[in-house]
Amino acid sequence: MITELGYGTLAISFLLAIYGIIAATWGVLKRRPDWVDSARNAMLLTFPLLTVSALSMIYLLVYGHYEVEYVASVTSNSMPLYLRITALWGGQAGSLLFWSWLMSAFASAVTLRNWERDREFLPWVIVVCLITLAFFLGLTLFVENPFDRLWLLPGGIAIKSFFAPQGALPYFQSDGKGLNPLLRHPGMIIHPPMLYLGFVSFVIPFAFAIAALVTNRTDDRWIRITRRWSLVAWLFLSLGLILGGRWAYDVLGWGGYWGWDPVEIAAFMPWLTGTAFLHSVMIQEKRGMLKHWNMILIILTYNLVIFGTFLTRSGVLSSVHAFAQSAIGPLFFTYIGASFVISLSLLLRRWQTLKSDLHMTSLLSREALFLLNNLLFMGILVVCFWGVIFPLISEIVTGQKVTVGPPFYERATAPLFAGLLLLMGIAPLAAWRHSTVQTLGKAVWKPTVVSLLIPLLALASGVRNWAALLGFWLAAFVACVTLYEYGRAVLARSRSRNESLLRAFWNLAGRNRRRYGGYIIHLGVVLMAIGIIGIELFQTETQGTLAQGEQLSLGPYTMRFDSLAVFDTADGRNVARAVVSVYKNGQFVGELYPRRDFYYESQQPMTIPGLRSTMEDDFYVLLVDWQPISSAGATFKVYHNPLVNWLWLGGLVFILGTLVAAWPDSETNPATVRARRRLPFAAKAS
Amino acid sequence: MEQTISKPISNVPANRLKFLIGGLLIVAAVVYLIITSTQASAQYFMTIEELEQKGSQVIGRNLRVSGAVIGDSIQYDPQTLTLRFTVAHVPGDNKEIEAQGGLAAVLHAAVIDPSRPRLQVIYQGVKPDLLRDEAQAIMTGKLGEDGIFYAEELLLKCPTKYEEALPEQSEG
Repeated sequence: MITELGYGTLAISFLLAIYGIIAATWGVLKRRPDWVDSARNAMLLTFPLLTVSALSMIYLLVYGHYEVEYVASVTSNSMPLYLRITALWGGQAGSLLFWSWLMSAFASAVTLRNWERDREFLPWVIVVCLITLAFFLGLTLFVENPFDRLWLLPGGIAIKSFFAPQGALPYFQSDGKGLNPLLRHPGMIIHPPMLYLGFVSFVIPFAFAIAALVTNRTDDRWIRITRRWSLVAWLFLSLGLILGGRWAYDVLGWGGYWGWDPVEIAAFMPWLTGTAFLHSVMIQEKRGMLKHWNMILIILTYNLVIFGTFLTRSGVLSSVHAFAQSAIGPLFFTYIGASFVISLSLLLRRWQTLKSDLHMTSLLSREALFLLNNLLFMGILVVCFWGVIFPLISEIVTGQKVTVGPPFYERATAPLFAGLLLLMGIAPLAAWRHSTVQTLGKAVWKPTVVSLLIPLLALASGVRNWAALLGFWLAAFVACVTLYEYGRAVLARSRSRNESLLRAFWNLAGRNRRRYGGYIIHLGVVLMAIGIIGIELFQTETQGTLAQGEQLSLGPYTMRFDSLAVFDTADGRNVARAVVSVYKNGQFVGELYPRRDFYYESQQPMTIPGLRSTMEDDFYVLLVDWQPISSAGATFKVYHNPLVNWLWLGGLVFILGTLVAAWPDSETNPATVRARRRLPFAAKAS
Repeated sequence: MEQTISKPISNVPANRLKFLIGGLLIVAAVVYLIITSTQASAQYFMTIEELEQKGSQVIGRNLRVSGAVIGDSIQYDPQTLTLRFTVAHVPGDNKEIEAQGGLAAVLHAAVIDPSRPRLQVIYQGVKPDLLRDEAQAIMTGKLGEDGIFYAEELLLKCPTKYEEALPEQSEG
């Protein structure tokens, strides 16, 4: 019954999406607003319908309806409730349903906004959102149906199908295979949904961009409307990436946070174009330039989002994330190809009307530096893209299969990231329109001198790695500039309005949220950079087999193997748990319990590190092997990760800054009212 | 500042050129980074058969080799963390593997066939759990002059009831 309900609502949503596309197009062509309204209602309806569908799936997962193939493949009797719910996005079919559900939520939300002033956008926004939704619903319905059931044919062969095949009997299993052990982590609750929310919400700015192209509205209205949508999308995507890094650090057991895995890159690529987009739209808003470029960026972002969803869910590349395999590849490529060609040809048609009469005049002006920032982001994107497709190209051209690993990405992107950091320090000091070496130099020299203190201190304390010294200087430089800019504004406001410093700080962030939120984000990046320098350049590791009471030393730390216990748990795991005492510089600092869980039903092990974490460094212990009988000896792999906590702290600051930037202005805020009143004039001026 | 805005149009091409050169420099830098990094870190996928044929040509190159683990050959010294084992040739192409009945069948056939090309492997590090007879070992490392493959990284795949079984990763 529930299976039929879920499938039925899914099918109706698909039909509604198709109807909406046709009705909106018809309404616009025949100038019939009632048809557009009908399409709008159809789009609005997809959300409740897909909510019913997704809830049905969750019901089936939670109550263990193993006759449904998807349920049997991702849940099992021993899984706790929260993991059963998260199993909705634990496999490919469910992920596609989840994606569609989120997409419908955003699509419905966008129909509810006030359309009075930009009615001409509405039909095209509906068309773009619904085409995207229909594509994913189509995949879910016809290719990867999560509601497919298992049937037993007379010959004893089990097949999966939604409707009963002739002569087949329902196939009821008493238990399922269960979720992949690596996914059985609290991170599963939040990392994939955040990433998906980020993916899905970038569809909205893209839809408005296409609407602007079709309707030939070449002002920056579409950018102003979607400013907050883009920020929210970016917030979710960033959060998803940071959480993924933390999850990897906690459970994947290689002592790292980012492995340049193709799937990580797939989620990182839309983030790169999205970040470039967030920066370059400011140039269009302030100076009316880069209109083509912004269109290209949002088109790229949209296609990379679809590509990212495809990579994470198709198993086309073998990676930590490719726990799903299927034949949906060609469909995805066709869709991406078509949407790319259509959006680019639309852009070409409007190329002339998008031309700006303003030109950049100075290489050192703020807009030129923003453009440079965009180029560097694109450079990183090209590096990533090259890394992903290089094996394919090389195989086609030379017949030899060649791949590039993390060293390639590290080598090629590090200078570009360093360049971005430098720009992050210089650009806020550069003037709009015109800036010369003299004017910029005057603004830059003070923070340069102050920030040189940090690498000098590092040098004095024995750091000889030039890359690290450069990195620390860049981080200090950006921090100096950002804090100086913030401090200057706070002081000025506090003086002119007679506010306390704290009050002035608060009001300032509230008044120009994007700017001051942006500065907080920059500070977050600085902290993250420090953590990344720490772990990338100073990580050390060792391994050893210890008898009880023996010790192993690494950096300032010494660990002693005290004991080991092996036991079974109620949820079907065999756990080997070691107790080790940790000493830092000879002082006892605590015990750690690295363990290895073995999942009986899936026959897979999972390593959970013991971790001592401080702002200075992390001591990370993995239990990799042990003598089963005597529990006398065990093998450990140990990492010393200096400064890595700055990465997580920076991530937190980063997200807080994004929240500040994206926070809706309150209605009573006089600044908002003033801005609204000003808006019509501003629109005319641009 | 005001001067710049009202500058005559004739300055525009000069500016264009400036920006064009700047942009080209960035593009050149990115291309340079990509080319040198690719050269420095490219890993060549080879089957054991190809290794045998090319032999000395590929000594010193970054290689990625996959093979079927022969269970009897596994020797592990936990004191020095030295792992030795032998792998047998399996096809490198996924389609070929599918055509021969899937990964499990291919691995089994490779292990029981003594005429298949084989490769001795030495790996420094902890012995992975999944290293067992008829597992697929994916190794990156270099071929030594002695014909032994010195693996720096070892990934193992076991055909289980999970078609999508994850490779266990251990780096050395």
